[in-house]
Amino acid sequence: MDINYKNDLLGYTLLLADSSLIMGHRLSEWTGHGPMLEQDIAISNIALDLVGQARNFYQYATQISSSTSEKEITEDDLAYLRDANEFKNLLITELPNGDWAKTIGKVLFFSTWQFYLYQKLIYAPDKQIAAIAEKSLKEVTYHVKWSSEWVIRLGDGTQESKMRIEKAISELWPYTGEMFVPAAFESSLQNTFSIDFTSIKEDWNSKIKRVLEEATIEFPSEKIWMHQGGKVGKHTEHLGFILAEMQFMQRAYPGLEW
Amino acid sequence: MNQQEPLWEVFIRSKQGLEHKHAGSLHAADAEMAIENARDVYTRRMEGVSIWVVESKYIHATNPDDSESLFDPANDKVYRHPTFYNLPDELKYM
Repeated sequence: MDINYKNDLLGYTLLLADSSLIMGHRLSEWTGHGPMLEQDIAISNIALDLVGQARNFYQYATQISSSTSEKEITEDDLAYLRDANEFKNLLITELPNGDWAKTIGKVLFFSTWQFYLYQKLIYAPDKQIAAIAEKSLKEVTYHVKWSSEWVIRLGDGTQESKMRIEKAISELWPYTGEMFVPAAFESSLQNTFSIDFTSIKEDWNSKIKRVLEEATIEFPSEKIWMHQGGKVGKHTEHLGFILAEMQFMQRAYPGLEW
Repeated sequence: MNQQEPLWEVFIRSKQGLEHKHAGSLHAADAEMAIENARDVYTRRMEGVSIWVVESKYIHATNPDDSESLFDPANDKVYRHPTFYNLPDELKYM
């Protein structure tokens, strides 16, 4: 493998891993605080699915990395010992959960992105990425279904639930553009992996449009200014706080195991 | 929230060929949500391959006060059991 390709592949694997980990960690904050027992379990299950996906990608990242450098690293090093500017997760994953509507909106936008992306990745020439995508796709399909139904339920529900989900959608919207703007490492991989960003964006848009329509929520303008930077390590102020909590144990007690 | 959401009874088939068995109950706003909740609450450790849900209010039950007249008469009718046959070992779930 050529060194540039390896670096791009590592960057890309970390984008997938970090996005799942941070999203999963955020959702796990709901554990014990869900609006009702059944949904508490549902969202904790989703959080666990995402952390599981992150582990698969991190394990692969350590393999790619160990073939380029002499220093052996573990999945824990990647998750717990990197700083905020080394994380490549999408910004939407690190945003605070807010109320139930905001969390649901986050899950819908993020899972729908994962869904269409993984559908492409299962054909990737890189067998490992393809295998992880295929395994994760089953989980993600359920996350999309679950969150779509909740958005519809809230949008087409009471006056208050509609007000809350509309507010959530409009607040989250500026963080969705980043999904479809390739970072440098993605652009270089684009041909090998044949990831068509335009077609993923179209699929994503039309799915979200259908859900919002059924939820009687207006589809936001695509022309507004969009945040970006997550993929290259430029994060919101929220990521630092997540890492402080998530990484504390490993940093205070290096090498700690359960 | 729970007070507004109806109660549902959940039945799970643990594997193909077996019957659905009562697993427990939960709250949900509609049937779809009840099935999803049941999936998340009762099948997260591979307990099932199929789920039925029914709103609890549609279940009609016997009255415990009637159990003497309903069930006791069967007590001394041992000839109704198929215990006089020898079943082959391969036959399971009889």
